[in-house]
Amino acid sequence: MKVLMFGWEFPPHISGGLGTACFGITQGLVHHGVEVLFVVPRAYGDEDERFVSVVGANEVPALEFVESASASASEAAPKPAKRRVRREAGSKVSDEAWSRAFSIVELLAIESPLTPYLTELEYLERLTAIEESGSGRRVELLAALAELLQVPRGDSSGAETSRRLLARSPLPFSGGYGPDLMSEVARFALVAAQLGVQRSFDVVHAHDWMALPAGLAAARSAGKPLVFHVHACEYDRSGDHVNERVRDLEQLGLDAADRVVCVSHYTAGVLQRRYRIDPAKLRVVHNAVTQKEQVDILHVTRAIEEPIVLFLGRVTFQKGPDYFLEAAARVIHIEPRVKFVMSGSGDMLPVMIERAAKLGLARHVHFTGFLKGEDVERMYAMADIYVMPSVSEPFGITPLEAMALDTPVVLSRQSGVSEVLRNALKVDFWDVDDIANKILALLRYPALVEQLTSEGREEIQALRWEHPAALLRDVYRELVA
Amino acid sequence: MTDLVFYFQVHQPFRLRRYTFFDIGHSDRYFDDVENARIVRRVAEKCYLPMNALILHLVEQNGGKFRCAYSISGTALDQMERWTPETLESFMRLARTGCVEFLAETSHHSLCGLFDVAEFKAQVNAQADRIESLFGRRPTAFRNTELVVDEKIARAAEEMGFQVILGEGADHLLGWRSPHRVYRPEGCEKIKILLRSYKLSDDIAFRFSNRGWSEWPMTAEKFASWVHGVPRADSFIGLFMDYETFGEHQWSETGIFKFMEHMPRRVLENGRFGFKTPSELAAERDPVARLSIPHPVSWADVERDLTAWLGNAMQRAANEAFYAMRPAMLAAAENGHEELLRHWRMLSTSDHLYYMCTKWFSDGDVHKYFSPYSSPHDAFIAFMNVIDDLARRAQRVAVAHT
Repeated sequence: MKVLMFGWEFPPHISGGLGTACFGITQGLVHHGVEVLFVVPRAYGDEDERFVSVVGANEVPALEFVESASASASEAAPKPAKRRVRREAGSKVSDEAWSRAFSIVELLAIESPLTPYLTELEYLERLTAIEESGSGRRVELLAALAELLQVPRGDSSGAETSRRLLARSPLPFSGGYGPDLMSEVARFALVAAQLGVQRSFDVVHAHDWMALPAGLAAARSAGKPLVFHVHACEYDRSGDHVNERVRDLEQLGLDAADRVVCVSHYTAGVLQRRYRIDPAKLRVVHNAVTQKEQVDILHVTRAIEEPIVLFLGRVTFQKGPDYFLEAAARVIHIEPRVKFVMSGSGDMLPVMIERAAKLGLARHVHFTGFLKGEDVERMYAMADIYVMPSVSEPFGITPLEAMALDTPVVLSRQSGVSEVLRNALKVDFWDVDDIANKILALLRYPALVEQLTSEGREEIQALRWEHPAALLRDVYRELVA
Repeated sequence: MTDLVFYFQVHQPFRLRRYTFFDIGHSDRYFDDVENARIVRRVAEKCYLPMNALILHLVEQNGGKFRCAYSISGTALDQMERWTPETLESFMRLARTGCVEFLAETSHHSLCGLFDVAEFKAQVNAQADRIESLFGRRPTAFRNTELVVDEKIARAAEEMGFQVILGEGADHLLGWRSPHRVYRPEGCEKIKILLRSYKLSDDIAFRFSNRGWSEWPMTAEKFASWVHGVPRADSFIGLFMDYETFGEHQWSETGIFKFMEHMPRRVLENGRFGFKTPSELAAERDPVARLSIPHPVSWADVERDLTAWLGNAMQRAANEAFYAMRPAMLAAAENGHEELLRHWRMLSTSDHLYYMCTKWFSDGDVHKYFSPYSSPHDAFIAFMNVIDDLARRAQRVAVAHT
């Protein structure tokens, strides 16, 4: 069994979330003897070249700038890495783990500024930082992609269409990035289509909407089945104010894919309600935890004696920061000697600061702003309680990170992760009395903390990627058989 | 002669409502009376009433040859008195046949025998008094909560004058010995112990409706043939189970009532077999050997130990905090606040600890089925909040009287 996978991120740019999940899935699949051709966008230009060799997109035609990693890795080994970049602090995967995994997995990189969950605005900012934006190419790219996607499933004309598009002059997918996010996604897909013609594999697997056109293009070029893996959909990211183009692209992928894998029953429900997806091709595969190679000993010195209750995440509507503050007000009423910390940034942050003042919590709530790298882990370790009051969370990896650092967790039931975790206190995000009740119980009853941390540690260690990977392998088998 | 000794456990706890931190100091309404009433009425309708009618029929039909025993927890008696008096009435009717024995237990289905001898004797005496007044005879047989027995509990029961105590026929207790003989607990002089024959008991209580079981469907004939196959030397077969097995755990549709209706007659077809109550059997048989029970044995889960109630950090902390409160409760009662002691005893019911069990796998699903909480942690939080409030009330009483 060989799978062509459109994944996200490689060292040093493991920002957590999707990149970590893709890495874990790959490791797990390798464990089960599935061969993986792992394709990633080379988004930053400073990626660690010990693992992959990348050539610029605008230097040579598409087919040539996709290179085998195994060959280049052995080349790169004797000489010191040209641009050896320290892995980003706080990255969850050690260099050793990467090199071990990718000594078996073939890693391919396509030059592209795409990163998961990029918005239109962020894309344009990034683009201007990289190069002068081209113009007038957008229509061309999207039209070329549309032509390819019109190839019916299982039709052998995909390869032919792909070659014809490649032969067209000027090449739509060389000579710089797409002028906007959507056309870059299309450009990335057209390069992927070439892979579909050139390489041999049994099934294509794409993660989230940005990689979806690439996966679909590769699948159609090769006449192979497609697995679309949904980690989050547009409704999770944007609530009811969705970006219609992103939503439409997701709809296209959900309709066109042979199997849709999603990270929770919660997300499965969203996909059925919002996209009317056929439940027969839907599969739930929960995420697991990337086991740390070594436990870093964090030397946390606490300057404050009061217990700390932590919110950490984007300060946006779907993360429920306002429920955190409401619960804080109720806790403070009974237990004034508690510090509440809100870490993260986002569009609701100014409102939250005002709200805290209005609730009379100014002395009790601290806003740290956006934390990164080791500061994140240090914050988890400093906290006595971690609260994730998400309104909508397809999975939600942060409770696992907190638990890995022995911090007990109060967790919204409206999250995918609550489906797999047992050693966490679960609440409905709107039930602020219950959130406060559980925070107070953790502050007052040490046996509860002991229970959750001791059994939680074991639970986290048992959540290995081998289990979800076995389910994915079964999905591939269904399609290939 | 080999006798079948049936003992049915009847129990309902007073479940707590979702008592939060914000209720502490504001509310002494701890119990979910709506839910408790709903459940006991449902169980009465599905199990207690139809099963009592069937037992009465079996006693009459077999001219007194069918006999059995019950233990009804004090909390279940309370609930019947309040919410389904006709059920209590039907048990009294069974008592009047003279073929049905009522055992003694702790009044609140508690594990106090392990932690507080004085409380244990108080609860057992209260329950024995109540059984005597309701059913007309003072109990001579004792069964402890969840069949928990060790030598200390057996001695306490002996001191209180009981002739016989019931226990679990656990493999690790018996070794090569048969559960079908009468034993004497080590360290005791008079009391005898009758053990549960867990295989035959669980064939009825757990496996009866299991379609994956190689013996499914079980019939009265089949069960009688297994009984008839035991060695001649066996004195008795202890069939001890929850009464809720009939109609509640095993639905009526599984044929469990039909099975019970026909099984006694099938068993009696072989003249070597009969039915006796625990006290009747113990009066006739001498112990064959002494039985050493150094550690408490229960009838729960595969471990047959205390881990279902005291297996994790939460359970041990809750239990310890709970028993530490007893002197304050007695003091409050002496100062005229009987209701505090009454509430404390209602909280001594072992179910409150059972809901906090985290043995999720294998046995765990059984625990989950019986729990009104969505998680064991929620059970712990509610219980701790309630005893926190109770302790504060006792403190207020103490302050007022100094």
